[in-house]
Amino acid sequence: MEFLFASDEWQVLLDNLPNLPFATWESFYATAISTILAMVVGLPLGVLLVAGEKDGVLPLPGWLMTLLNAVINLLRSVPFLILMIAVLPLSMVVLGTSIGTPASIIPLFIASFPFVSRLVETSLREVDGGVIEAAQSMGATPLQIIIKVMIPESLPSLIANATIAMTTILGYSAMAGIIGGGGLGQIAINYGYYRYKYLIMVVATVLLVIMVQIFQSIGTWLAVRCDKRLRK
Amino acid sequence: MIELQHLTKRFATKAGTLVALQDISLTIQDGDIFGIIGMSGAGKSTLVRCINMLEKPDEGSVIVNGRKMETLDARGLREARREIAMIFQQFNLLMQRNCLKNVCFPMELAGVPKDKAEARARELLELVGLPDKAESYPAQLSGGQKQRVAIARALATDPKVLLCDEATSALDPNTTHAILQLIQNINKELGITVVIITHQMSVVEQVCQNVAILDAGKVVEQGSVAEIFSNPKTPAARRLVFPAGAPQGELPAGHRLVRVAFNGTQTTDKPLVASLAIECGALVSIVAADTRIVNGQTLGSMLLALPDNADEAEKAIAYIRTYPGLTYEEVQA
Repeated sequence: MEFLFASDEWQVLLDNLPNLPFATWESFYATAISTILAMVVGLPLGVLLVAGEKDGVLPLPGWLMTLLNAVINLLRSVPFLILMIAVLPLSMVVLGTSIGTPASIIPLFIASFPFVSRLVETSLREVDGGVIEAAQSMGATPLQIIIKVMIPESLPSLIANATIAMTTILGYSAMAGIIGGGGLGQIAINYGYYRYKYLIMVVATVLLVIMVQIFQSIGTWLAVRCDKRLRK
Repeated sequence: MIELQHLTKRFATKAGTLVALQDISLTIQDGDIFGIIGMSGAGKSTLVRCINMLEKPDEGSVIVNGRKMETLDARGLREARREIAMIFQQFNLLMQRNCLKNVCFPMELAGVPKDKAEARARELLELVGLPDKAESYPAQLSGGQKQRVAIARALATDPKVLLCDEATSALDPNTTHAILQLIQNINKELGITVVIITHQMSVVEQVCQNVAILDAGKVVEQGSVAEIFSNPKTPAARRLVFPAGAPQGELPAGHRLVRVAFNGTQTTDKPLVASLAIECGALVSIVAADTRIVNGQTLGSMLLALPDNADEAEKAIAYIRTYPGLTYEEVQA
């Protein structure tokens, strides 16, 4: 704990105080955009994982389902640190740069959409099969069942899982500091890890913790609020 | 009219092929309340799901109002299903929608304009006795209320047929009674043909006109409720009609035993056993009895032990033979 009493620790912190709000914003922005992109791709994939099964509402060819599962599992099993470095060339091609917050969004998205697909899959599986059967008995099309039954009925769970995704992606975004991804993660790594300035690292980490707390509280509140099963 | 012709349905299980339905043929007339009763695992739910093709039969034909269901394409089947509504044991309401939106749901699927659908949904909620629950969510309702909402939802597309899959099995006896009464009213007032799947004899007793008894995937007996109840012939039917065991008893040898079946007679005016004693002096003893009142008629059967005296026994049999509304058979002790 003696670092707390070292004057240069405090000096680094004071010098960087003006950067912290912007770094916090960068972390938030990278996380939010990545989460949204991951949901945009992960939601339809999650729907396919459930609806495309043999006895699902929209059965797909078995080979396609096997392929889809294999690709998702493959992407899920690559450690984020390695994935991040592996997609650097892709960032160069798409954005013309491989550093900075926008460039960090690409690996964050690639790492998180398979994860989000699995979360969506889990949420949709919670929908009571009887309700889907009832919709079928009323002459619903597969698309109507997906849009009007499966997604709305699992909305509270989808929101809860989106919150999990967002907090996980925030953690990843901090890791993206290693490749110059900006944000609080980069401050923590640059000062704390490379230059042994622990105080600012602790402050940056505390800010990340506070962000997770806020995301989680909002997510839980929303999930509970929109769940009509809890109305009494 | 619903016609099932030689329906067979098999399921592949790990233990081999399970024959859920075997060569089932039934005809259900328009406006009927038809009960399909059987023990758990008899194939009732599979059978009712074949009517709207939630289960595709492996063999045989399902014809509903002239439409051969198994030959329809996906689009044709969706249209046909709008005329065949279904309610379920677990109600299967959309939990994230309020009651009004639940009743609107099938109309939404069919593309009915929203304001029209809502007006109709309010009428239907009124019909099922829940006009004040339009804005409530299913989680706020009791089981009986949920089933009423499900019935309102089922009626939304003006179906010709209502399939009830164990619709009262999750309800208490009083609520069951009220829901059955509602179904009966709907049948009378809207002329909807009702098919009721149940394992509860009391349900068939209360509302059905005709009944089929399903046992191990086969129809073992079918006919009018009065007929089947007064004189169940097969072991499966007897098990259902006399859940506590068919009236039969053990008696010292030497007694002649007669099983008397009531087919809905005026037995209330003229009690059989008392009449036997007074009018022909035959003192019979009741070995076992299981009778019940259905739609104001007495149904059921009794096992009587005839007097030792052969003459008296003959006289008793002659009396029973002429007694109105009875069938009898002698059984071996």
